[in-house]
Amino acid sequence: MSLKTAYINARLLDPATKLDTKGGVIVENGKIADIGAHIGPKLAADVKVIDVAGACLAPGLVDMLVHTGEPGNEHKETFTTLGEAAAAGGVTAIATMPDTDPIIDNVAGVAYIDRRARQTKSVKHFPYAAMTVQCQGKEMTELGLLAEAGAVGFTDGLNPLGDVKLLRRIMSYSRSFDLLLLQLPLHPRLAEGGLMNSGEMSTRLGLSGISAEAEALQVMIDLRLAKATGARLHIGPVSMSESVQLIRAAKGQGVRVTCSTSPQYFTLTENDVGDYRTFTKIMPPLRDEENRKAIAEAVADGSIDIIASNHRPQDVDSKRLPYAQAAPGIVGLETLLALSLKLHHENKMSLLDVLATMTYKPAELLRLPIGRLAKGSAADFVIFDADEPWRINNDNLHSKSKNSPYDTLPVQGRVKHTILDGRHVYDSTKMANAA
Amino acid sequence: MLLNNRHLLGIAELSPQEINTILDLADKYVDLNRETERKGQRLKGRTVVNLFFEVSTRTRGSFELAAKRLGADCINMNADGTSTRKGETLIDTAMTLNAMHIDVLVVRHSASGAVKLLADKVNCAVINAGDGQHEHPTQALLDALVMRRRTKKLEGLNVAICGDILHSRVARSNIFLLNKLGARVRVVAPLTLLPKDIERLGCEVHTRMETGVRDADIIMMLRIQNERMEGSFVPSAREYYHFFGLDRAKLNLAKPDALIMHPGPMNRGVEIDSEVADDIHRSLILNQVEFGVAVRMACLDLLTRQLMSSQRLQDAAQ
Repeated sequence: MSLKTAYINARLLDPATKLDTKGGVIVENGKIADIGAHIGPKLAADVKVIDVAGACLAPGLVDMLVHTGEPGNEHKETFTTLGEAAAAGGVTAIATMPDTDPIIDNVAGVAYIDRRARQTKSVKHFPYAAMTVQCQGKEMTELGLLAEAGAVGFTDGLNPLGDVKLLRRIMSYSRSFDLLLLQLPLHPRLAEGGLMNSGEMSTRLGLSGISAEAEALQVMIDLRLAKATGARLHIGPVSMSESVQLIRAAKGQGVRVTCSTSPQYFTLTENDVGDYRTFTKIMPPLRDEENRKAIAEAVADGSIDIIASNHRPQDVDSKRLPYAQAAPGIVGLETLLALSLKLHHENKMSLLDVLATMTYKPAELLRLPIGRLAKGSAADFVIFDADEPWRINNDNLHSKSKNSPYDTLPVQGRVKHTILDGRHVYDSTKMANAA
Repeated sequence: MLLNNRHLLGIAELSPQEINTILDLADKYVDLNRETERKGQRLKGRTVVNLFFEVSTRTRGSFELAAKRLGADCINMNADGTSTRKGETLIDTAMTLNAMHIDVLVVRHSASGAVKLLADKVNCAVINAGDGQHEHPTQALLDALVMRRRTKKLEGLNVAICGDILHSRVARSNIFLLNKLGARVRVVAPLTLLPKDIERLGCEVHTRMETGVRDADIIMMLRIQNERMEGSFVPSAREYYHFFGLDRAKLNLAKPDALIMHPGPMNRGVEIDSEVADDIHRSLILNQVEFGVAVRMACLDLLTRQLMSSQRLQDAAQ
């Protein structure tokens, strides 16, 4: 007889069905056996009961923009530490970028990730593959075969494809298999050498700027080609109001485009670079206050479809350098939920709408049968207190790298448990050093 | 009066009072340097290290002379060709030097903010001798000293800074300093050589020399920094000289007694005409070189006093 576990006394939140009710979930054989308001303390004797004391119970987060250190940079992050960080952040599925070392641009690479990912027990792991060989923007990869091997999308990561002729061909070819293509919104030539947002702050600090046009122009090119070819395009993370406006207009014209942003773009600005704080160095760069507000508004009104962490681990030696030489990236898996919940706490969005951007919406985009609380689906969910205040502490991060600019920041909303295929992969009460 | 900070990393963090303190002391050192017996004992027993990650002749020589004239032991380290090439990071270098118990570290680096990063890791005083496109505080201080000695006061002066503003740390430091002391600053350059929102630093922006230098008291020409440029910012040196090079005709648009400055080294026939550069009545270029030593003496002096004071406090606390 299989063991059943019931999570009762929960606030059930399923953004896909707009479910927001008190009740419980019964898990059996790693799947959701039952869910709803009718599940309470009166259960059969063979059911193990866990009372979550009114906490929120929602689908595990699906983070569609994650960089890993493995293979090649295991000193920054391994699949094991990545899984632990994901679990601590309430993330049960991640899609990882292909710009590792070696770059994931062939079937063997995808197979390797797939095999290693299966050994990682605390998060479901889906690989992207490179759009061009070695992400060099010169030659198309075997898109069809890579998709067949398990690649959920195609991107050249931090090297957006600037060769418009090749990009058009890739978009056209991808239609045959209806593949998802991801582009970082930065024109490679215009952004070349840039370190932070172009403006008064970059002028004061003497750091080369990345202009607004560098983002807007790439978005325009991508949208125009997606319109011409009918390709399935995802642009992210976007950092500017102008990008959102362009994408919104393209959606209105029937272009198959979605976009995402990351919490840093609605919580930080270029002023946070301060005294050359290399933890704030990311691509696209942090923009000004006006854009920060606009990005928050665009998430709230649904113009931005998805929030993803853009988790990019960097070890101390990659960050303790002059700003120009420091590697870009912020670790974000463990702060994704709390930082995103700011939009809810500031009354910009309902809890369900915030969660939608990190659950069924990215899952649908990646065409994965996850991100929902449904009878018969995998028991992947997160139990969290949406209001609990806590302070981010870099020392407590599970990621192997601690490059978070949010150290000591007070936030609201804390993950209590993460359940993957019915197993507890994170339990905050067992964290001895939890802040 | 002592400076508020242990390091001298930029003009942006100095108060007008601190700037004047440095200039007042530098004034005295200008006179001392003109005497036959130029060697003082103020820094006797102290060690000054010039750590230059970028090639420099005049700034490094100026700091070396300044340190030696104050009686310090001074060594030059060209970090570009040695340990950094072996993979040592900037922080490693800082920690190594720190272990040698030096008193003042003078640093030049090609990356903006690098000197600050290094300063955070050492116990000695650090002077920024130029970091990337960020600041070159002692250059701005010496420029201010040159102007002050010649025009008596900086307040109300019209100063036109002309040339490659985008790549210039000298321009930034001068804008900060001149604003703090009440001068009016204009920058003059083609738009390709102007950083974004430069006007927010407190200066008027001109893209034509004819309007930019009109009625100026001081014209500060900047070098075209070919080594910092990637790609084409201006069509040619010939065209640049025609529109933005300072020659007699453009100088005549300024005030009749307008003075000319240039931090050097000059590209004659590119940003400045030799006839103007060598005009002994109008050009302050050699004064800039001369006063550079005095300003650096003042900075070394004040920072070591600051260092002694904090060491005394530490000793008292123990």
